[in-house]
Amino acid sequence: MATMTSEKNKNPIVRFLNMNTSRQTSGRSLPLWRQILLQVICLAVLASVMFPIMYIVTLSFSSKTTRPSQLELIPKEISFVAYQQVLDKPTGNPVTFNQLLKNSFVLSMGVGIVALMVAVSAAYAFSRFKFKLREVLMVLVFIPLLMPAVGLSTPLYLLLNQVQVKQCADKSIVIQPIAKCEDGKGKLQFNLRDSLWGVGIAMTATALPFAVWNLKGYLDTIPKELEEAAAIDGANVNQTFWQIVIPLAMPQLAVTFFLGFIGHWQEFVLTWLFLSQPEDYTLAMTLYNMTGQYANSVPWNRFAAMAVIVALPVAVVYIALQRQIVGGLTTGSVKG
Amino acid sequence: MAISKSTQKARKKRQSNLPYLYLLPAFLIMGVITFYPLIYQVIISFTNFESKHLLLGLRSPELEFIGFKNYIDIFTAALPVENFNFFRVLTFNFWWAISNVFLHVPAGVLIATLLNTEGLWLKKIYRAAYILPVVVPPLVVATVWTNIFDERYGAMNQLLAIIGGFFGNPDPVYIRWFEDVKPPIPGFLPGAPLTLAYYAMMIANFWLGWPFMSVVATGALQSIPKDLYEAASIDGATGSQQFWNITVPLLRPAMIPAAVYGFTLSFNLFNFVFFMTGGGPARSTELLVTFAYNLVRNLRWYGVAAAFAVIIFIVALIVFLITNRITRATQNYQEAG
Repeated sequence: MATMTSEKNKNPIVRFLNMNTSRQTSGRSLPLWRQILLQVICLAVLASVMFPIMYIVTLSFSSKTTRPSQLELIPKEISFVAYQQVLDKPTGNPVTFNQLLKNSFVLSMGVGIVALMVAVSAAYAFSRFKFKLREVLMVLVFIPLLMPAVGLSTPLYLLLNQVQVKQCADKSIVIQPIAKCEDGKGKLQFNLRDSLWGVGIAMTATALPFAVWNLKGYLDTIPKELEEAAAIDGANVNQTFWQIVIPLAMPQLAVTFFLGFIGHWQEFVLTWLFLSQPEDYTLAMTLYNMTGQYANSVPWNRFAAMAVIVALPVAVVYIALQRQIVGGLTTGSVKG
Repeated sequence: MAISKSTQKARKKRQSNLPYLYLLPAFLIMGVITFYPLIYQVIISFTNFESKHLLLGLRSPELEFIGFKNYIDIFTAALPVENFNFFRVLTFNFWWAISNVFLHVPAGVLIATLLNTEGLWLKKIYRAAYILPVVVPPLVVATVWTNIFDERYGAMNQLLAIIGGFFGNPDPVYIRWFEDVKPPIPGFLPGAPLTLAYYAMMIANFWLGWPFMSVVATGALQSIPKDLYEAASIDGATGSQQFWNITVPLLRPAMIPAAVYGFTLSFNLFNFVFFMTGGGPARSTELLVTFAYNLVRNLRWYGVAAAFAVIIFIVALIVFLITNRITRATQNYQEAG
């Protein structure tokens, strides 16, 4: 019994690795011819899995700036030249790697935190209260989740694009659409659409309903006994919410935050549509700029180094949260 | 008595307002940045909104309401876009998602079962390696495979050249994965020709997709009691009989939600198509989402793009209702079993 529970608590990667789900009764060993046959299959699968990974890792450790004329899957040299060049000057534009990194982090973290803070009380209301409009409002929250991110990009682009700060001919500053210059023109100072703020707002538009839905699903699984006990002790709903529910939900808040982070880190549709200033670019956009037909001048070792760098934060978060991610998906409580 | 009754009433009233108070922050913000844009989208889908209306929006004097023209143009392929046919894109989109799931799920289950074989050497190493594709962000996977399928310098053609060398053909291989318009298997999918680019994307997405299914299947295999297999082998059932009569039915409740999830993911797999083929050649690999993006980012026909997004929403709603029914049905199966 005790071993079973400890087995359950382990990180799922560890569990996945140690799992013994064999259907043969233990003690019987595999005949050698079968062992060899299965090993051949396993090695073939292994080769196919490692093929792109080794390819890109080998490229990233190469110091050659010419494109690869021959297939190399094992690094002949370990050179960090490409990594260093990417960190020094990631793009042709005068924007530093730190700026790109900062933009990526500010966007993915900021959207995640705002969405969670706003969503948690709504999720609580849906989970615990019975009220007239409950069903209607829940369906309303679900509607934007059905829409792929591309589907909401047009109206968000148009609406955010109308919020502009302009300097008029008489040097006064106006904010459209609240006020306008007298001649109807003016020098553009700030366009909400073409800024990290605008992209952040657009990303929150879909992140927020997702967070409400996801947290509601989790709060449903927290037993009500603790809250009922608190109510008997004379705590009102607000006290229960802040002092019992929020601390209990903390782990799930963190999971929801990191799930969001994995998605927001790779956000491409909205950033690529909205942003035009190189200093606002994110790492994901930069990686796309280094790929394929758009990158005739980019050496492939630099592209490979960038790919490894962009992949790392997500890989770390994913490995840490494996259990919650796979578990949540298979129980069907999380919608992708 | 009367006093307490009235305070009770007041408290009850406060109680009944409380849920709305808790909902207020989220709905205020969603009202402005989610629901208003959704409504705005429906409105502009009935207009000829273009770049010149950007500044004034709906207040532009020359903005015209043109009824269902945008929708009709999309459905009748009347848009001045080369090679665009809505129903071909829709067919391809469904085929793309279905064909992916039908490859990923069986492969994932088979490899999970393979790795469960008792006494298999190096099991841990295989499991650790097989999980890697799940961990790499799909955006990076898409960019890496784009370069792998490069015509001149890509790893795929170089690999094929090496394999060709084994069979006595030393010529370098220059397959134009993303440009070749001629379908390698003609007439495979009626109404939507599958070009080489489709197969290239299938290879890349297969690499990404089966390991996830394998992780889910491994978890489900763990919950199958071993006694079932023991009883079956006492009754004389062979390995493959055990697989089909015990493993497969008991994996189904876990695999169907995973398959539904994989379907939704593939259906809207923007990055792969946009990065690798850009929807080409001749729009043969265009998905609904990539074409919508093309409309708003490159063509800047905002009215048409809005109409297209409304159509995408309706398609997504229908897909959701169907998949939801499938998931529910299997849940009932699980409870009954």
